[in-house]
Amino acid sequence: MGVEGIGARVARKEDKRFITGGGRYVDDMVVPGMKHAAFVRSPHAHADIKKIDVKAAKKMPGVIDVLVGKELKTDGIGNLICGWMVHSKDGSPMNMGAWSPLAVDRVRYVGDAVAIVVAETKGQARDAAEAVEVTYKEKKAVTDTVSALKKGAPQLHPEAPGNLIYDWEIGEAEATDKAIAAAHHVTTLQIVNNRLVPNAMEPRAALGHYDKAEDHYTCWTTSQNPHVARLVMSAFYNVAPENKLRVIAPDVGGGFGSKIFIYPEEIVCLWASKRTGVPVKWVADRTESFLTDAHGRDHVTEVKLAFDADNKMTAMKVDTIANFGAYMSLFSSSVPTYLYATLLSGQYNIPAIHCNVRAVYTNTAPVDAYRGAGRPEATYVVERVVETAARELGMSPAELRRRNFITEFPHQTPVIMNYDAGDYAASLDAAMKAADYAGFEKRREQAKKAGKLRGIGMSCYIEACGIAPSAAVGSLGAGVGLWESAEVRVNGVGTIEVLTGSHSHGQGHETTFSQLVADRFGVPLDSVSIVHGDTDKVQMGMGTYGSRSGAVGMSAIVKALDKVEAKAKKIAAHLMEADEGDIVIENGELKVAGTDKTVPWFQMALAAYTAHNLPEGMEPGLKEGAFYDPANFTFPAGCYICEVEVDPETGRTEIVQFVAADDFGNIINPMIVEGQVHGGIAQGVGQALLEGCHYDDNGQLITASYMDYCMPRADDLPSFQVSTSNTPCPSNPLGIKGCGEAGAIGSPPAVINAITDAIGNNDLTMPATAQKVWSILNAAKH
Amino acid sequence: MYSVNYHRASSVADAVKLLKKAEDGQVVSGGMTLIPAMKTRLAAPSDLVDLRHVDELKGIKVSGKTVTIGAATTHAEVAGNDKLAKVCPAICGLAAHIGDPHVRHMGTIGGSLSNNDPAADYPAAMLALDATIVTNKREIAAAKFFKGLFETTLKDGEIVTAVTFTAPAKCGYAKFPNPASRYAMTGVFVAKGKDGVRAAVTGAGDDGVFRSKEIEAALAKKFDAAALEGVAVSSRDLMSDIHASAEYRANLVVVMAKRAVAAANA
Repeated sequence: MGVEGIGARVARKEDKRFITGGGRYVDDMVVPGMKHAAFVRSPHAHADIKKIDVKAAKKMPGVIDVLVGKELKTDGIGNLICGWMVHSKDGSPMNMGAWSPLAVDRVRYVGDAVAIVVAETKGQARDAAEAVEVTYKEKKAVTDTVSALKKGAPQLHPEAPGNLIYDWEIGEAEATDKAIAAAHHVTTLQIVNNRLVPNAMEPRAALGHYDKAEDHYTCWTTSQNPHVARLVMSAFYNVAPENKLRVIAPDVGGGFGSKIFIYPEEIVCLWASKRTGVPVKWVADRTESFLTDAHGRDHVTEVKLAFDADNKMTAMKVDTIANFGAYMSLFSSSVPTYLYATLLSGQYNIPAIHCNVRAVYTNTAPVDAYRGAGRPEATYVVERVVETAARELGMSPAELRRRNFITEFPHQTPVIMNYDAGDYAASLDAAMKAADYAGFEKRREQAKKAGKLRGIGMSCYIEACGIAPSAAVGSLGAGVGLWESAEVRVNGVGTIEVLTGSHSHGQGHETTFSQLVADRFGVPLDSVSIVHGDTDKVQMGMGTYGSRSGAVGMSAIVKALDKVEAKAKKIAAHLMEADEGDIVIENGELKVAGTDKTVPWFQMALAAYTAHNLPEGMEPGLKEGAFYDPANFTFPAGCYICEVEVDPETGRTEIVQFVAADDFGNIINPMIVEGQVHGGIAQGVGQALLEGCHYDDNGQLITASYMDYCMPRADDLPSFQVSTSNTPCPSNPLGIKGCGEAGAIGSPPAVINAITDAIGNNDLTMPATAQKVWSILNAAKH
Repeated sequence: MYSVNYHRASSVADAVKLLKKAEDGQVVSGGMTLIPAMKTRLAAPSDLVDLRHVDELKGIKVSGKTVTIGAATTHAEVAGNDKLAKVCPAICGLAAHIGDPHVRHMGTIGGSLSNNDPAADYPAAMLALDATIVTNKREIAAAKFFKGLFETTLKDGEIVTAVTFTAPAKCGYAKFPNPASRYAMTGVFVAKGKDGVRAAVTGAGDDGVFRSKEIEAALAKKFDAAALEGVAVSSRDLMSDIHASAEYRANLVVVMAKRAVAAANA
């Protein structure tokens, strides 16, 4: 490791422009002749559209055009799709209702787009949007996850009778039931995983530009995967053929999953640009973000965990209902199935597991992947039920976990996953030591004297990252392969450009990816540039989500670097008249090992491009590309311990200590990894204590602003104690597992386990607000 | 936000004149409530008359126990005023915990009182301190000034110019902030003056700020947190929303009163 290479705490290259206001986001993009759009959105959760009158709006000052869904259909623009096919247990395909980018005859949630207004200014567009007269006939709405399946519930889509999208299962039902029947002890728990609003700092935005002269489209969009956006928009939505569509995702201010998906607005802006002949820009305001960004989580679950007389786990049975909102978003179907139920074994050896998942439509915003995507839900189920079981069995939660840990690898779980490496006891030990677990009872006594209830809770999570082997996900229904691409271009002066199909929207790729290259060739970090986010520059890629860009994206870069290195060595060997096997690359020089013969890196690069003196038959230039398809998922894991103090007078919880001990495999930049863990824990604590998306019975979003939706702030959080004890991942060349989501996955159960320990009552739902906790304590008094 | 005409008033008289001329004029001070309301198009005045640059509305005077705070004085100025801190530290502490630093450097006491947000901090202080709200037309006792949610007895063209009160022997404020907005989910200001004990509650009443008889009666016996042990406040006229039920707020009234008294005695 050099000062800038793998393992170095290099300050982020991109931060200079971010923190000085120099970032270039979609809203910063200006195209000559550009106009502004506002969307007319449904104020009702469920209604038939009787009439849309745009006459008055079209006469408003500055208005260029007002377009509605019927015109969109006339032009052949397709419906939005869910790109992952999941079959019900009876073999039938999922029941996907139609989602038109602009609603034609029915609206299904508050915020559903009905029309677009294009005007000279944003203000004029908004004024005119208010003048569009939509006549609605209101229908009864259903917003609650469980109620959606009830007899007589309002029905959303004719394609999905009973609002049921699929009724899916995994694992062995019979073996699981048998083991539960024969168990020495069974712990049963009802669990709600609360709905969250992603709240990326930058709201979604789109700028569509149709160039009539070239018959070519450009779309600037807030996307985590611009290439997938291009593919889907051309293949399914008929906006433009792929060769005539350029998608650019410039600097993007956070995604957390919500910017993976293709939304109506970018499709409509592109289409509207062609219809109106002007470039059309739309930027969401914060209210639109709350109403229309894909939400996360929203599961209702019952779990049973069975033990034998030695307190060894024998079976787990899980029954989950997942709320998908009004329409199936791009990857919604995969979240509560293959990203959730496949992780229900946790870190434990559980011989039999069965999980049933029913996905339902409701009159709420669509729900899709959000930081962790299925894995936080799985971890919450497993770690809440294990902690509860320990209390019921009168056993230390740490010892119950330790007794059931998987210790031999590879380990095949009953739910598809094959864990390749890990040392769960090491993380547990590290966390318990850092948390002074042994000294907790003394701290509890001290807190009691100060009138506070102190509690401790742990969570031993596992997740699956590095998504994913393309053939594997293809066999499970994915509509895409999940490899990654890279191209390494060495310029004539030796500087290097790396083109990647990954996309950075806060992760720091410009730094970590550069470190990888600097480490390999010993060149300065500043001589390496990372290029991403533009389909005209990078041919194809799958984007960034699921903590995949280290394990998959960087592995593709490694493959391309291998090819560059091989050619560079051949050139150097030729120049120095040495054997290429004797060439080593160090500190920006190619040397003949054991001699004082060297060629500087830049001289080798120049030789590649002058081509005056290359080995016989070698092509000029130094540029290599690679595609990397992972051989397996990666399995980051760890142990989180949370300690809380509850004020019994108000019910307020203060997190007084939070310890995270993670196993992320090999690490490129520890500072960036710690930042990811800090941010992830903040989001997990947000879910556990503060964030609760709330619709009323009529489908109005009550928490549609920061006045009511509580995001975690710095003073809600303690100073985290984070550490890693790493076992390298055997399936990729860098041994990386991934770290982007762990914090959000591991922390919610640790927080809730701590609070329930403090208050001596297990019946607590997230977010554990002061009111909820006080109500429990108050009820116990009376 | 709809388009709006902006005017910078040079004096109170000028502001009144500008308001009269406007089709649907509205004074703005810090704009901490009005501007967000305009952005979400919940408010749509034709004209804004800005009071922030009117010198006669600014500043804090302390004379003996008599305190006068100009209406356009920001929360940060109240929080950081040494003279005020000597006679009435509780009001400085209250101001120091309104919103965030941005809000405290823009928002003003006059704006807060005129807006009378049912979860704002200042109304509780004014009511408990038996303050007088001074306008360009008259003087109004705090008890007669606040009138329900976002309502006051201010008339058209009437502008708050200052507040004045006598610093009590002891006073204190404690609030339980709404976790999301950080407004008071329940805040209690207690004051022990020569006319006895007054306790005013914000953030909890379903008709805005109010005095709690139960708290005042208990503290009249002894101005000590222990005097509130076992005291119960009725939840009947309290607010209930997704963040806090009326019952929970009733509990918070007592708990915050205890903490306010403890702060006053500290």
